[in-house]
Amino acid sequence: MKKVLHTPFSESDIRALKAGDRVVLSGTVYTGRDAAHKRLCAMLDNGETLPVDLAGQAIYFVGPCPAPPGRPIGSAGPTTSGRMDAYSPRIIRQCGLRAMIGKGDRGEGVKEAMKEAGCVYFAATGGAGALIANSIIEAEVVAFDDLGPEAIYKLELKELPLVVAIDAEGNSLY
Amino acid sequence: MRIVEFDRIKEAVCAMCGQAACDLPDDVLEALKNARQKEHSELGREFFDQYLQNSEIARKERLPLCQDTGFAVFFIKMGSEVMIDHGTVSEAVNAGVREGYKKFFLRKSIVADPLFERKNTFDNTPAVIHLEQVPGDKLHITLAPKGGGSENMSALRMLKPSEGRQGVVDFVVNAVTSAGGNPCPPTIVGVGIGGTMEYAAYMAKKALLRKAGEHSSDDRYAQLEAEILEKINASGVGPQGLGGEITALAVNIEFHPCHLASMPVAVNLNCHTARHAEVEL
Repeated sequence: MKKVLHTPFSESDIRALKAGDRVVLSGTVYTGRDAAHKRLCAMLDNGETLPVDLAGQAIYFVGPCPAPPGRPIGSAGPTTSGRMDAYSPRIIRQCGLRAMIGKGDRGEGVKEAMKEAGCVYFAATGGAGALIANSIIEAEVVAFDDLGPEAIYKLELKELPLVVAIDAEGNSLY
Repeated sequence: MRIVEFDRIKEAVCAMCGQAACDLPDDVLEALKNARQKEHSELGREFFDQYLQNSEIARKERLPLCQDTGFAVFFIKMGSEVMIDHGTVSEAVNAGVREGYKKFFLRKSIVADPLFERKNTFDNTPAVIHLEQVPGDKLHITLAPKGGGSENMSALRMLKPSEGRQGVVDFVVNAVTSAGGNPCPPTIVGVGIGGTMEYAAYMAKKALLRKAGEHSSDDRYAQLEAEILEKINASGVGPQGLGGEITALAVNIEFHPCHLASMPVAVNLNCHTARHAEVEL
């Protein structure tokens, strides 16, 4: 049975999820890769307000292809999440991030922050970018336009299939 | 001498960029279908179904199979009787990449400086071009777009000759299994044994071009490929690193004479979306 989820999340939504659960996710998520995470953390260092409010939200680690005519976005599968391990604990603790979507295992520091703050890690299917693009119904760049594919996009998802790979108790499928 | 026009190379390369990004080669598709039959993990089979669905959507809707449309890596065999009417083959190929990545809405994934500014070149150039001169009057171009996720899991070690066959098996199996889900398994494992440090790496990449299901023509290496594949698939890493029988679709080994003091071994991984396109002009 697939669990039907919608963003934003409360802490109890997240703590109810268990590693191995199949999920379909709808609602708004933000994209971000290492270059965007690096900037977000630099802004936190400087006490600046972030360009997006991540409280209760999900970040999808993706750098999409440009949108062909008539489509909101191009191919948009997950990138390797481990590259965000240096930044994620801080974003989880300081910004109230509730979910991350990517591919591949996460480091201990990330899992600690997830347990402490109540955050989940979903695996999207790496290399299925065309299939995933069909679950994205709207897309717009909301920050760091100069980063090209690494800019922060606001995406509207419709029933994106995911698997809970690491839950908020630290249980992991990896 | 035979003249091949600069613009003809450029146009062929441009078309190949779109084709490689959207059309999964038949041999890879076949390998995925066969592997699905062998996968016992329920979740693993779900991933295989998604890979197959993805390839159909990409082919029909002309969307890239994967958003990481890669570093444009070319293997070019240029006949010794071929001349280009103006410019160099490298200039023509880069012009084709520039046009193709724009025309087919492919992601531009190249940053100009690796360490400092890391500013995107916004046209996916420069390409990496391996040029080989061969007899004849043809120009054969193979494009193998290479994603960063699988490339990052590459490994190279200068083994001691005394480490022998077992040393190679252990090194390759460890490189693949420790990569976990990062390179988007099931992967195709390219291995280069021998040569120099950089030549081993070149062979490992070149090995990825072999059609799925083909083995080394040297029986000893073919057996080694089979043994390494079995060990990798016994690891349980599985599709997407989330458990299962199929972690790799194939292990392809290329070898070359080497220095009497050395035994370089390089491993280069390709994700399940193992893309390539070729053309002969």
